[in-house]
Amino acid sequence: MNYKAKHQIKPDGGITRRTALKGLSTAAGLMAAPGFVRYAQAQSSEPIRIGFQCHRTGIGAAYGRWYERVTSAAVKRINDQGGVNGRPLEIVIEDDGTDAARGSEVVAKFANQHKVDLVYGTLFSHVVVAAAPMAGELKIPYYVVSEGYHVASGKMNRYCVQPGITDVKAQVRSVAPWIAQNLGKRVTLVYPDYAFGHDHRDFFEPAITAQGGEVIAKVPIPPTETSFTRYFPQIPRDTDVIYHVMVGPAVLTFVKELGEFFGTGGPQLFGFIDSLEAVDINSPGLEFLDGSHFWEGMPRYAQPDIPRYAASYRETVGIDENGASVNDPNDVSTAGHMFGCWETLYVIKAAMEASGYRGPEDRASLIEATEAMTEFPAGNEHPQGAKIFNGQIHQVFAEQCISQVNGGRLDVVHRTSIEDGMYEPEADYTTMSF
Amino acid sequence: MSRIDGKSLWLHWAVLIVLFALNFLLPEYHRGVVTRVLLLAVFAMGYNLTFGYTGLLSLGHAMFFAAGLYGAGLTIYHLGWSVWPAFGAGLLAGIVLAVVVGFLALRTAGVAFMIVTLMFSQVFYLTTLYFTTYTRGEEGLVLPVPARTLTVAGAEFGLTDPGTRYMTALALFAVVLIATAFLVRSSFGRTLLAIRENEERMRMLGYDVFANKLASMAISGLISAAAGAAYAVLFGYVGSGFASIQYSILPLLWVLLGGAATTLGPLIGTLLTFYVIDTASSYTSAYMLLLGIVLILLILYFPRGIAGTVRERWLPWLP
Repeated sequence: MNYKAKHQIKPDGGITRRTALKGLSTAAGLMAAPGFVRYAQAQSSEPIRIGFQCHRTGIGAAYGRWYERVTSAAVKRINDQGGVNGRPLEIVIEDDGTDAARGSEVVAKFANQHKVDLVYGTLFSHVVVAAAPMAGELKIPYYVVSEGYHVASGKMNRYCVQPGITDVKAQVRSVAPWIAQNLGKRVTLVYPDYAFGHDHRDFFEPAITAQGGEVIAKVPIPPTETSFTRYFPQIPRDTDVIYHVMVGPAVLTFVKELGEFFGTGGPQLFGFIDSLEAVDINSPGLEFLDGSHFWEGMPRYAQPDIPRYAASYRETVGIDENGASVNDPNDVSTAGHMFGCWETLYVIKAAMEASGYRGPEDRASLIEATEAMTEFPAGNEHPQGAKIFNGQIHQVFAEQCISQVNGGRLDVVHRTSIEDGMYEPEADYTTMSF
Repeated sequence: MSRIDGKSLWLHWAVLIVLFALNFLLPEYHRGVVTRVLLLAVFAMGYNLTFGYTGLLSLGHAMFFAAGLYGAGLTIYHLGWSVWPAFGAGLLAGIVLAVVVGFLALRTAGVAFMIVTLMFSQVFYLTTLYFTTYTRGEEGLVLPVPARTLTVAGAEFGLTDPGTRYMTALALFAVVLIATAFLVRSSFGRTLLAIRENEERMRMLGYDVFANKLASMAISGLISAAAGAAYAVLFGYVGSGFASIQYSILPLLWVLLGGAATTLGPLIGTLLTFYVIDTASSYTSAYMLLLGIVLILLILYFPRGIAGTVRERWLPWLP
């Protein structure tokens, strides 16, 4: 507009009525153009666009389905309450197929094609690890809900943050004291023989040893395995506790075969709910789990002492007393993990408000505002419970639930403290450049 | 080496010039897409040499791609090597693996060859998981950004820069395209084609069929490994997912769609597949179904793939 107006000025400085009218009409036309409208509104009401990297297909599809539902519910609630800095949130979804290569491509698509403000929501660690370099190169914030130790390890980059769910190292350290005190000190680990399982193996052993316990056997199971019974004879007879964690489509087979092998007379069982996320605990063949214990990030079953904010969260995301969809009791949620989406979105909201976020030019400020956070009080924004955030390692720490299977439901028998899971940082992202 | 006729040569140069120009013309996202496609097309060209020109249907080429990926990635990550020696390590890993696997697998033929290559590839895949301590298995490793710097004649180029990344991928693509174009027109290439058409006759004529097939496998493994090594240094990630069976099926798909035994077919097939998935996945989670339908339609109406059908019906000089 200015350029045109400048060139319509006569050399002698005079402006004719015709040129003035032309200039005004040009200005009006430019202002009516979609691009200009978008620019003008950007400061006021244009949505903040969040790219949701969703596992709609592939091995993580069950998680992806529920992550998507929780995300929709949280965004609706945030928007109903006035949005972020007066602007609504808009979610742009791309399916990464739970595939590492595609994950990286999707981050690039979000940044360069959809032009979103940030990317969010990835769960499976291999997708996060593959996509994080792209997020760093494109300098786009990458808020993951992944649970792996990869973020806290310092191996990602300044743009990769995990403020909504604890990592596996913290989870394992939290539950080890309770296992040693209540179930036994001689533990056999049964875990998938790849990185996620290795994290459990590597972090649990020192944690249980610190409690006077010991890992007497390790039974790694190849990730392509579909039948598990032949591995169970490797479990020593004098095992007090079998610590089991499996993920993927074969988890139900794994748990069933564990039950067929030991019946109700075997060692104590302590599992991670990852083994049974999105699976009905009352499925035929799982009766033997009665009395066994599970780690849960957040209780699947509504507990008698449920805080009002947690009940409100459950109602908003649409899960019933048993942790299944209110529309379909057979559609069991991934309650132990999916709260991380809700809480991450509220951390993003808080960080945007703290940094006065306006657009992509403020991405570095957004990360700095996130890093500056230290505590999240329990409440509607953090229904899983209070949390401590360590900006140095971009990782949040929380209370963990230990639940027991009682008559076909999971009852929380112990909540760890936040401090139980905390550890010395092994990195400092804040010293890295943007 | 025999000559490539004028039209073919010009077509190849034109394709490379267009690809060069695209670096400056494409929007950022699509430039990134074409960068990946160029690397994957190199992988497909490697596959095309055994499948298209030699008639060996391998279901194990993921191991060669992954050998390059890990050869480059692990030496950078654990040994702190720079890009050039790491890339060399990737190439070496690929060709050594291809010779060893070829030496054993080429004792079989047909369906047995498919199964044997598939099993070797699965062994490689499970090996990457078995040594999770070093590879981080399916989770993979992120290569440090400072290590991803290419030094050429004393000048340093950061491979995280999109333009540098595109040009590096294009350079590799161009070298492999021209090399394979000459290779398939050479006496060696014609020998491979003849083996594909009638192996027994070639044996009767005194050709060492096994040696020629092994050479084809070795070069194919080398090219596939080059793609894998380049992928590692350009995108900074190394993971066992690239060794999974999916990455053995994909080059077969790309070559079938683009046109087996055509020099440009791998590029066309890779580009088409990528954009079908990329576009469809924005609208439906059944995007692989859509890709399947596209494949069926192409096989029904373009049984020789796109470039193959164009050559058969309209442009017989097409390489």
